[in-house]
Amino acid sequence: MWQELRAELHDDGLEVVTVALDAAGPEAARPWIERARPEHPALIDEHHRLDELFGIVNVPSGVWVDEAGVIVRPPEPAFAARPHWDEGIDGDATEYQRRTLALEEQLLVEDEKYVAAVRDWARHGADSRYVLGPDEVMARSRPRGRAGSEAAAHFELGAHLQRQGHAADAVGHFRAAHRLQPENWTYKCQAWSFVDPHLGPSAEYDTDWAGEVERTGVEAYYPPLDM
Amino acid sequence: MPIEDFQRQTGWLLKPEGACRAGVCIPLPPLQATVDVGVLAERLGMGVVHDERHGLWALGPSTVSGRALESADAPDFALPDFDGRPFRFGSLRGRKVVLVAWASW
Repeated sequence: MWQELRAELHDDGLEVVTVALDAAGPEAARPWIERARPEHPALIDEHHRLDELFGIVNVPSGVWVDEAGVIVRPPEPAFAARPHWDEGIDGDATEYQRRTLALEEQLLVEDEKYVAAVRDWARHGADSRYVLGPDEVMARSRPRGRAGSEAAAHFELGAHLQRQGHAADAVGHFRAAHRLQPENWTYKCQAWSFVDPHLGPSAEYDTDWAGEVERTGVEAYYPPLDM
Repeated sequence: MPIEDFQRQTGWLLKPEGACRAGVCIPLPPLQATVDVGVLAERLGMGVVHDERHGLWALGPSTVSGRALESADAPDFALPDFDGRPFRFGSLRGRKVVLVAWASW
């Protein structure tokens, strides 16, 4: 998806960098990378450092950085195409999987709007109406206090312990990260994924994907693009 | 903690005028060869988390701006690609870059 858009706009001076937030390491995301065959940098971020650095809380999220290294759009939902939510769902799907699919189909996906904005920026640069000034970028940057910082530190310890084979000891740190920064979906989904590939209910966590999306509402998961 | 380690891991440069990043400097006590992480974490509003069982510490991001971003200047970072080769984001200066976070989960 990103590969096509990148190929189209590379001559206009646009580059795409995709970063997989995957604490399970590169093997988890490798099948997608091999299918997409990107010509652009495709990186792996085992500690979800982009959350710390840019205030990302869900995927897919896009950040625009101009030629001078200045952010001209802070994180927002970034779809290059409509996802196939039903991929992998067949007649054997559990009730939880069907409930998940029903919620996914309600999520706001503004792929056409986002791609049109990227094209406009690639072609018009600083004159694009989608470019935001530094004050607006900061105003839109997610608020962060001490609790958000502690959440990131707990997540880092959890991811480290998980990778070192101490899955049971990682759970407490992941739970702390969820409590301290409840709006961060990458911390939640990552932790759930280690105990259930469908991010469903588990003994380790008293939350799961469908339950949390129902509780917060689908608008909180992918808010509308402000552009 | 040695100054070099702190700088590399947090992106904050320790200078005579204080801890500096993205055009922002926070005043600090006079520098020694090592830094007191507790003092720095306090000044920079960083969360400090300890795992007693495994003897691990982790430092969260600074919160001096009250926002996830320190300023509109993109923070630089290096992450590995799928072959394990490090890639520095700042090497793309001169191009418009769409940075996209995604995940396999």
